This record gives sequence, C-alpha cells and structure tokens, in this order.
Amino acid sequence: MQNLEWRQIATLAGKEFRDRMRNRWVLAVALVFTVFSLVITYFGGAQQGQVGLRSIEFTIASLVSLVIYLIPLIALLLGFDAIVGERERGSLDLLLSLPITRLELLLGKYLGLAAALTLSTVVGFALDAVLLFRQFGMAGLYHYVGFMLSSVLLGLAFLSLALLLSVVSHERTRASGLAIALWFGFVLVFDLLLLGLLVASGGEFGGQMLAYILLLNPADIFRILNVFSLDQMRSLYGLTSIVPPALANPWLMGGAMVAWITAPLAIATWRFRT
Amino acid sequence: MTNSSKAAPSTVAVALHGVSKHYGNVHAVDGVELTVQRGELFGLIGHNGAGKSTLFKMMLGLIAATAGEIQVAGTSVRGSDFRVTRRKIGYLPENLVLYDNLSALETLRFFAKLKGADQASCPALLEQVGLADVGKRAVHEFSKGMRQRLGFAQALLGKPDVLFLDEPSNGLDPMAIREFYAHLRDLREQGVTIVITSHILADLQERVDRLAIMASGKIQAVGSVHALREQLDLPLSIALRVEPSAQAELKAHLQAISGVDLQVVDGEVVVRCPRPVKMAVLAALSPLGARLIDLHIHEPSLEDLFFGLRS
Repeated sequence: MQNLEWRQIATLAGKEFRDRMRNRWVLAVALVFTVFSLVITYFGGAQQGQVGLRSIEFTIASLVSLVIYLIPLIALLLGFDAIVGERERGSLDLLLSLPITRLELLLGKYLGLAAALTLSTVVGFALDAVLLFRQFGMAGLYHYVGFMLSSVLLGLAFLSLALLLSVVSHERTRASGLAIALWFGFVLVFDLLLLGLLVASGGEFGGQMLAYILLLNPADIFRILNVFSLDQMRSLYGLTSIVPPALANPWLMGGAMVAWITAPLAIATWRFRT
Repeated sequence: MTNSSKAAPSTVAVALHGVSKHYGNVHAVDGVELTVQRGELFGLIGHNGAGKSTLFKMMLGLIAATAGEIQVAGTSVRGSDFRVTRRKIGYLPENLVLYDNLSALETLRFFAKLKGADQASCPALLEQVGLADVGKRAVHEFSKGMRQRLGFAQALLGKPDVLFLDEPSNGLDPMAIREFYAHLRDLREQGVTIVITSHILADLQERVDRLAIMASGKIQAVGSVHALREQLDLPLSIALRVEPSAQAELKAHLQAISGVDLQVVDGEVVVRCPRPVKMAVLAALSPLGARLIDLHIHEPSLEDLFFGLRS
C-alpha cells in the first residue's frame, strides 16, 4: 500500500468544498435547516395546542424526526455522484493519470463533501441553538449541541454509504436509484418492518437481540443517541423505548455511528482498488 | 511478469513486453511488443475496438495488464515508484471533460497542484496554447476547440518527459491543428516522447516518426510510413494527362509492362503498378515527349496502408 499524501487529499477536498460553496449548495441546505428547525421549534407542539418554545426535550424530539428524514436524503444526494459521475463523464481517467492514488481520491472527495455537509448542518441549526440558549441556558445548549453533533455524524454515515454506492455503480442513474432505495430502506422500511415483525410475533421476535438489530440502521442509532440523552423523551418513542440501558451510553452509540462512517468507506476503498 | 526494478535502456521511453488484457474470453489487447524511443513522435492507429484505448490506459497505469510488463520512463507502471514518474507524464484523454465551474486558470492550477507542478507556470501555458486572454473565463463558456487547447495545456504541466495524446486534434480547426503539430515538433526537439492516436490518418502521415497499426488487440505492423510502404508493398498510382491523340500509344506502351493496371477517369490515365516497376512506367512515357501534359505520382497513403493491412 502506498503512503497517503495528505496534500493531495487536501487539494481534492478543497475543490469539492469550494464547488459546493460556489454553487450555493451549502447556503441552500443551511437555509432549509434553519427554516425547518425554526418552524418546528415554534410550531412543533401545535398538535398539543401549544406554540412557541416549550422544552428542550420536545424541541429535540421534534427535530429528530426532521433530521432523520432530511439529512440522510441530503447526504445520499450529495455523494452518490462523486465517483460514478467522474467515471461516466470520463474525467476519472484524467484524475487517476495524475500522481494520486485511488484512496487519496476517495478520501479527498469524501472529506470535501463531508466538510460542506457539516458546515451546512451546523450553520443551519445555529440560529435555533441561539434561541434555545437564550430560553433554556447552558443546559439547553448542551443537549442541543449533542443533537447537532449526532446530526453531523448521521450525515457523515449516509455520505459514506453514498460514496460506496458511487463506487459500485457503473451508471449515475443506477447510483441515484440505489441512493433513493437506501433512503427508503433505512428511513422508512427498516423500522416499519421491525415493528411489523414484533407485532406479528406477539412481541417475541428477536428477543433480547431486537435492540441490537437497531444498530444495523444509522438512523436508529441517531434516534437512540438523542432519545436516551434525555430521560423525558424515552416515553415519546415506541420502538426505541425497548432499547436496554446498555445501549443508552452515548459514547457507545457514537462509536456505532463512527463504525457506520468508516465501514462503508472501507468497503468503497476496497472496491475502488480494481 | 518481469521484475519491476529492471530498468529499460536509457534510450527507450516506453516499452511493452508481451502485454495482454483479457476480459473473460475477449482479448482486448493480445501479446503486444512495442518500444518507443525517447524523443520520438509515435502514432498508434486502429479502428474502433482495435485495443488502442485499452493499451493507452495500460501504459498510463490506469488498468492492470493481464500479462506482460510495461515500462514508461524506465519505471514499471505496476510499481509503487510509478507515482513519482506520473509527475513527468502528460495525458490528454480522448473524451476530455473538464470542470465547467472553474476558469481556465483555476483548472490548470488545480491540476498543477495534484501533479506537483509549478503553479506559476500556468499563465505561461495558457499563453502557449492561445488561451491567455480567456484565462479567467469559466470553462463552460469554452468551445470544444478551446477546451481541447486547455486539455493540452494541462497535459504540458510539469514539463513532461512523455506525452500520451488520445485524439488530440478533436474539435480543432485546420489552423489550430497545424499550430498544434508545430508545438509537438518543438516538444519532440526538446526530447519529449509523444505517443499519439488520431482517427485523421492524414494528420499523422507526414508528422509521426513511426507508428503502429493495431487490429483485434494486436500490433499488425510497426515502423515509419516509408518503411510500412516498403513492407506492405502496396501499389502506387500515377495519374497521367496526355494529348488525346497520344492516349492509344500511351496505353500500348504501358500494357506491355507486367503488373500494370490502367484506368481512364475523366480523360486522365490512372496507372496502378507495383513499386518495383515504377521506373519502367516512367521510362515508357519518354517516347511521348511534349504530348505528356501532366503527371502525378501518388504513394500509398497511411489510409491505404491501414486498409491494405486490414484486407
């Protein structure tokens, strides 16, 4: 294995990041997050007949639902084109004819896109953080920062999956189809399937293992991370309320999320070698 | 494969020994033996699917050979030290795609960074390819010819020792093609080795030092155009214009020479004959004296050689 040249990775990452800044992708996504987070913060309790800031727990609970739908989709759409797009356009050969390795190319692409996604996520939720800090003080900010950090990790995990799709696909259309399928699978179908099996088996399905099956879905890890950081919120969720306290350790869940970031990237690296 | 540390002779810029690339039962490249000398302008021609692009990609280390050994600038393309050698290799792909959102100067600077080339050289390179005035314009505003020029400038980053140019005259107008080949001549005189493919065989005919003709993944012939003419022994044609009263006499003289084929097209007598009887044909014209109005000798073109070899 050849040595990594971080200068090459930084050059590639810098270009990816600047491209997203220049075409206002970061700005657009940040605006989407800002608008949605503010709307949800103020109107999240409307169904219960309340508007305005209620509590940090309810605010985060509302935002978790938003993030679970939105961030995976944005990350998948951001990354699915990264390699297959270069390959299909014909620019991949030119890049690989330069003194860069495939691993450097992959990491450069990933880090540049990850920086754009992270910046848009942090900036997008920043205004809400200021409001919550003014309302609930440091305790509120502490939980909200945890939520933002886990949102970033969720985005990075799905970005990693998107790059894997981009490496294994031979056509952009196929990669985009797979990205959408993956989003449906993780965000919509996975929990529904588990719940269905649980109900159909009269609560017997999976036994003790059921909680650990949730670790197979980064969206569920994100949910567990946020739900178990706030005691009052455990009762708000159905499926995740069965999670044993052992899985409530944020460091453990953070580690699981990091595994969801590194494992797809590692597989993508392996597949991209040939 | 042979040991990658085994250095090629110093005069050889590109060396291929027994190189094959198989995709299942398809032999895209099959047992290619080829050497390109340092400072040589070398053409690689072949029909679509002949294996040129695959061979190009293998010479650049983009795809691995199924068998054989490739050395470029004395380094095995499979070796870890080929990464350093890449800094001294320029490549212009056939279907050049650049980043539309970058300006010409930004494009060059991006590739210069990755290649480890001096970024200060970028404006001068734009000047060399005639794009100095549009260096700050976004690439998406460029015509195909301008993109090709920018691609060529990109290939010249870092003063390469070896240039691989795949259909480099794509999109260039005749004047730009002439300037482009003049540029290649200058580079060759500076010792740069150039491997070039083109579908426009007439462009290559008078410009390459040697060429290889590929078909079905194999090198069918290698040499200078002159050497290939000798090797293939294709007939040459001589177009003669004579006074109408002299045509019958001319035909009589020429039909006496064995191997000569005569045709009259628009009043012009076209003689096709094997190269060894060329002088005999010319000698047969002398009795006509001033009744011979005009004469053109057409050596087999590169296109003739290409199709002659295929048939």
